[in-house]
Amino acid sequence: MTITPDLSVAAPPRNSFDKAAAQERCRAYRRRILEISQQVSALHVAPAFSCTEITDFVYNTLMRPEADGSQDVFIMSKGHGCMIQYVILEERGILSRADLDAYCKPDGRLGAHPDYGVPGIQASTGSLGHGLGIATGQAHAEKLKGTDTRIFCVLSDGEFQEGSTWEAMMMAGNLGLDNLIGFMDNNDFSGLERMSEGHKAFYPLVAKAEAFGWEAVEVEGHDEEAMFEAIGRRKGGKPLLVICKTIKGKGVSYMEHIPIWHYRSPNSSEYQQALQEIEA
Amino acid sequence: MRNKFADTFYELGKEDSRLCIVVADISPAGSIAKFREEFPGRFINTGVSEQIMIGMVAGMSQRKLRPFAYTIATFTLYRPFEMVRDDLCYQHLPVTIVGIGGGVTYSTLGATHHAQEDVAIACTLPNMSVIAPCDPAEVELATRWCATQEQGPVYLRLGKAGEPDFTKDAPEPWQFGKIRLIRPGDDVAIISYGTIMKQAFGVAERFKERGQSAAIYSMHTVKPFDRDGIAAILSRYEKVVVIEECAPNGSLSMQVQQLAWQIKAKASVDVFTLQDAFIHCYGSHDDILAAHGLSVPRISDALGLS
Repeated sequence: MTITPDLSVAAPPRNSFDKAAAQERCRAYRRRILEISQQVSALHVAPAFSCTEITDFVYNTLMRPEADGSQDVFIMSKGHGCMIQYVILEERGILSRADLDAYCKPDGRLGAHPDYGVPGIQASTGSLGHGLGIATGQAHAEKLKGTDTRIFCVLSDGEFQEGSTWEAMMMAGNLGLDNLIGFMDNNDFSGLERMSEGHKAFYPLVAKAEAFGWEAVEVEGHDEEAMFEAIGRRKGGKPLLVICKTIKGKGVSYMEHIPIWHYRSPNSSEYQQALQEIEA
Repeated sequence: MRNKFADTFYELGKEDSRLCIVVADISPAGSIAKFREEFPGRFINTGVSEQIMIGMVAGMSQRKLRPFAYTIATFTLYRPFEMVRDDLCYQHLPVTIVGIGGGVTYSTLGATHHAQEDVAIACTLPNMSVIAPCDPAEVELATRWCATQEQGPVYLRLGKAGEPDFTKDAPEPWQFGKIRLIRPGDDVAIISYGTIMKQAFGVAERFKERGQSAAIYSMHTVKPFDRDGIAAILSRYEKVVVIEECAPNGSLSMQVQQLAWQIKAKASVDVFTLQDAFIHCYGSHDDILAAHGLSVPRISDALGLS
């Protein structure tokens, strides 16, 4: 089934959503991410897996390719999740197979965090708490220019511990930037511990976002159909935060919920097991 | 300087709809009220939130606007330092950060408001240019340059209001990246920049009283460092004096001394900077400079002019 993306800023998507196609794409993306991880001791497989469905949803359902001279923008604020962005950009022909094969190698141009200037990459991120500020400036600029360009920004829940993220939340709310749509990859893990255990005051999330002038909705972050429906219920007129409940390392049993997989790369037997589990 | 900046920005902004200003709860004064009224979307007050001020100008610049960020010097650079480094310098965006009250201009507010290391810190950042005009006329020229340049982020360091005009008889024009002769002289070269230029003129008078003519140079662009221009001065004069309102580490003074050593210059080089210290002193700008040892008499004494 073909997905025709929504073209309006505030209105919900109007078309149906092909769940099976999205699941197949995400399986393929995870395979490719694992493949890359074997070529170099790649970091950040688990954080890429937690936002695989979110990123697929933004790129393949919400974002428009060039339309009327404008183009939507994707900012991976949680820069350590960028492998999922790379594999999607490869699929689209914006990055080449050679680019991804040279991931984190001296002759390549793709590092473990995205870099501004690389085709398809809109901001240098990875240092946490920068992406939403940049996205806010971009969204305001597009409003000033009178375009209908939308800015999509994927953030980790850990980034919401940064004061800079809340400065951006406040400013985007003040400016009523309804062309800004944030996705929080709420996998409940910062580097050291579970957010819900170490940072109880972080919750509740929807109420906080709404208090800062955003519309907010909480969804299952590996269920694109749920995201599709949630976006469809959008009231509009404000920036939108989609809070996505996710699992760090989603799809690979030994990675799920285990913090070390933020950093580790699978060895060859772990790689084989991961491939099998993804196909299952 | 502050009013001249605002007036110039307003004039430029009328012509160029890409020009925007993002302030963190401080008024650039002057014509900026008119700018705000006429172009409300292009004047943004983030409130007391400097990180988003820098984040926003980065994003606006990426979408082809030409934003300026504006607040007190300490808060433009120190508070959101990582945003300045990563969002602006690393991404090499043609954004201007305007720091008002550079150096110890905010003399009654204590060391929390003294940007005594601002120039040195800004100079350490890759891709960053640093401009510190000495008077309102240089502010206008620098602002015009910043509004159209494409080469990357600029730290534009200003004083506040009421600086005199030092450059109306300058024999050389303002040119980005080039040291500028603003008063001719044959025996001694005094190099300075920013609001402390008044001390340079005072010291030049002391030289004159002793029968020596001192040239005064405005090093308005501290970075990129005009190596050729400084080398020519070190070759031409027997005595070179640097007077600056900046902490010693990473200062222009260090760079001039280093160059003098590298080219084996015969000139003597005397440097006068702020101290590497927080000074607990309140008073006029001159009082704080004096507490750092940067009064005209103290500099003159050190140069043997007493």
